[in-house]
Amino acid sequence: MIVAERKPMAEIIEMVKDCSKVLVLACRGCVTVCSAGGEREAAVLASLIRLGMKKQGKTIEVIEGSLVRQCDKEYIDAIDQWNGSYDAIVSTACGVGVNFIANLRKETMVYPALNTTFFGGSAEQGIWTEQCAGCGDCVLHLTGGLCPVARCAKSLMNGPCGGSVAGKCEINKETGCIWQSIHDRLGSFDRLSQMETIAPIRDWSSSGHGGPRKIVRKDLTIA
Amino acid sequence: MSFEPKITLFSCHYASQQSCAEEGKELQQLGFPATIRLVRVPCTGKVQLTTLLQAFEDGADGVYMVGCPVDGCHNVKGSVRAAKRVAAVKKALEELDVESGRIEMVHLPRGLHPEFVAAGVAMDKKIRTLGPSPFQS
Repeated sequence: MIVAERKPMAEIIEMVKDCSKVLVLACRGCVTVCSAGGEREAAVLASLIRLGMKKQGKTIEVIEGSLVRQCDKEYIDAIDQWNGSYDAIVSTACGVGVNFIANLRKETMVYPALNTTFFGGSAEQGIWTEQCAGCGDCVLHLTGGLCPVARCAKSLMNGPCGGSVAGKCEINKETGCIWQSIHDRLGSFDRLSQMETIAPIRDWSSSGHGGPRKIVRKDLTIA
Repeated sequence: MSFEPKITLFSCHYASQQSCAEEGKELQQLGFPATIRLVRVPCTGKVQLTTLLQAFEDGADGVYMVGCPVDGCHNVKGSVRAAKRVAAVKKALEELDVESGRIEMVHLPRGLHPEFVAAGVAMDKKIRTLGPSPFQS
């Protein structure tokens, strides 16, 4: 899922300081699962916006709503039900949702309530960890299913580096060296020889360095 | 001009049994501050962030919860959850540049005991020191 966390309140209050009514719009997709931008978090944010504005001696009307997702045109259309009842939308979706609203609602001011952080999973309750970088050229079949792009601090393709000590990363000693884990895991499948294959210099153009990416599935398009 | 704070207390019904004694008059007789509005809940672990924030929106100058001891909650982890939510509100208050001491968590054993009153007196004193809520419009 896409993992995110709420922006600092000072930043959000600064965004809405000139509004008299805002729609805090939750997303029931990934950000609900990572407890950053679902209906519950939107309700908390709505309250904090009211309190923050009160502290500045201002009043603001905050209404709450939610969409199934904010990353599909069909769901964005449902925003129409709140037409006329807000000056701006504060979206608790990931950056994709904010962009979709901006793309599709030319007259609507939309602000991000979250910092979209990474593609990850729930390691345990309340803890999420990055697992994938969305680099567009997956090498997991070569690395025992463990991603060196997202999980190595240096995104090394031929690791480990010389800084790995006792299975820990030199950048963050609390983080396990993913290349150590790749080594151990390949070993458990008797595939350690894969470690001896030198990965070529990587073409990062698939990773967004070549500009915004797009996928077209002609078997699914209507036109 | 003197300041009479408004304080909201969410207490689990085990820790606040004293509030029922003597037809509800014992707390008053023992000096429990009249500034505190007591809301009894089945378990403090059920009190959501929005409920705590709503208390401030409704005009509370201070909010606190009284739940079971950390290692002796009737609902196992209810009061631990409550303490984490109080900590989350403290952080949010700090983000809004408001004193985090306006919300507190207190763990007390069930039954009738003076600590329940003492916690109320301490909270009343603290909020009087902090002054009116900056959220009053």
